[in-house]
Amino acid sequence: MAEKIKRKRRDFLFTATYTVGAVGLGSAIWPLVDQMNPDSSVKALSTTEVDVSRLEPGKTITVLWRGKPIFIKRRTSKEIDEASKVDLKDLKDPEKDSDRASNPEWLVMVGVCTHLGCVPLSDKGEYKGWFCPCHGSHYDTSGRIRKGPAPKNLEIPKYEFVDNNTIKIG
Amino acid sequence: MSEEKYIPKSKLAQWFDSRLPLLTLSHHLQSYPTPKNLNYWWTFGGILTFCLITQIVTGLVLAMHYVAHVDHAFESIEHIMRNVNYGWLIRYVHANGASMFFLAVYIHIFRALFYGSYKSPREVIWIIGLLIYILMMATAFMGYVLPWGQMSFWGATVITNLFSAIPFIGDSITTWLWGGYSVDNPTLNRFYSLHYLLPFLIFGLVVLHIWALHIPGNNNPIGIDVKKNSNETMPFHPYMVMKDIFALLLFITVFLWFVFFAPNVLGHPDNYIEANPLVTPAHIVPEWYLLPFYAILRAIPSKLGGVIFMFASIFILMLLPWLDTSKVRSAIFRPIYKKLFWVLFFVVILLGYLGAKPPEGIYLILSRLATAYYFIHFLVILPLLGRYEKTDPLPQSISDPVLNKPGVLDKFKKVAAEYEGENVGSFK
Repeated sequence: MAEKIKRKRRDFLFTATYTVGAVGLGSAIWPLVDQMNPDSSVKALSTTEVDVSRLEPGKTITVLWRGKPIFIKRRTSKEIDEASKVDLKDLKDPEKDSDRASNPEWLVMVGVCTHLGCVPLSDKGEYKGWFCPCHGSHYDTSGRIRKGPAPKNLEIPKYEFVDNNTIKIG
Repeated sequence: MSEEKYIPKSKLAQWFDSRLPLLTLSHHLQSYPTPKNLNYWWTFGGILTFCLITQIVTGLVLAMHYVAHVDHAFESIEHIMRNVNYGWLIRYVHANGASMFFLAVYIHIFRALFYGSYKSPREVIWIIGLLIYILMMATAFMGYVLPWGQMSFWGATVITNLFSAIPFIGDSITTWLWGGYSVDNPTLNRFYSLHYLLPFLIFGLVVLHIWALHIPGNNNPIGIDVKKNSNETMPFHPYMVMKDIFALLLFITVFLWFVFFAPNVLGHPDNYIEANPLVTPAHIVPEWYLLPFYAILRAIPSKLGGVIFMFASIFILMLLPWLDTSKVRSAIFRPIYKKLFWVLFFVVILLGYLGAKPPEGIYLILSRLATAYYFIHFLVILPLLGRYEKTDPLPQSISDPVLNKPGVLDKFKKVAAEYEGENVGSFK
């Protein structure tokens, strides 16, 4: 009987020791893992302001934000029509055009294919929006995925109009 | 091991060996019994060791001149090529050395597939070998990023984005891998650090691979168990050492032909354009040795599915010792497997070809068929074949098929009869 109690105590001591050891090891490893996450200097570069006054309708400019290309497109009325007329049932990742471009004339998107991260080409592809040459994804004039392996629409970053000519991204 | 105990000759050597048995180890490596019928396909283990050492030595030297920073990396490669004494030679040996390493490892793997070297009792050798192969791919991929050319940058982008396919945590993992929001300076720095580390891990695994090999000893072309230290085996030194050296010299000839006459033929010209995060090259292709996996990735019309199948195509090989249910090792005695081996070989080459082509039209259809066949070969054909295939009878010993060839014994008798006439004693 006394032997049994002793064994239980010993088991408890072992379990407690392993637990404390595991927690200690885990907290020692965490800094070594977390140092690989974006550092303060990377996070600091979080906004970019772009002057878009000279952009003509139908044209796209590409700017760099956090090391990623951002497409800013001034859409023609024809392109806006095409984008807003699409039936949401035809979309792989259904989103209304009005939700993607608060001011329909301006489309601001992260120019990174949602498949494996290549930069799609503007005004190309079967839907006259964007086409990714790497693995053949087609996006429409609202940057929504229509055909190919990409799972999602081109991402819309956080942005705002500082004044009529300037967009602040981030 | 069934070897007799080794005792060094001199007193000093005995003193040392009893404290650290390096001399015993050296003696074991020299006298290690190898089957006497090993053919030239068995020389690639030695060749691969040579490749690893070459990569480590040339890499160590290149690291003295390379600068891992997005503003200087591309320049520093050109600096190595133009200014550093013999820099061009060392870099070309290192870059082509990677290709030669993979050429040799593919021959080594296909040799194991043909002669059934992965089967009991060699499963652990096989799995360690696959771990080495996976680390080799990771090392080569990160090394290819270091010159910071267009293919470096976009290759890194595509491969790291594979992890974003993981549900829920995928995006945090890619951000963690990058150390930012895209492939950038932190990514380059950590890839350099890891590219330096991984070859030493590979070296450690190579030691385990050889250690595990020395427990059961080598498989051999007819795949039967061989009694060690019998007239069926020969000591590793000098017999296998000489054969390995001869094969290595032929291999080095091919290696140096690439280095001196076609140093860029295996690379992509776009990697001589500095990385530009705004422009993706029209065609992104990985290095030739990764093309079959790239074809599988693109054959599946879903992002997560493509990634799963690509990784599965490698990990399925780990299960091979249990998927192949046949007790007969060598394909020589398996008439159907022998044909299917070559079909698989052809399918893998075809996948490699398709990986270099754009994923559309007939290329896409063929990659899907080839991917399907690859998995069917391992998951369906091999388990069933082991049960239903009628194998040829196995010989009793290595010498058996040679001596019992029709006519061989008659020849012996004829020679014996001639000698008998000269009265040199009887040996019938």
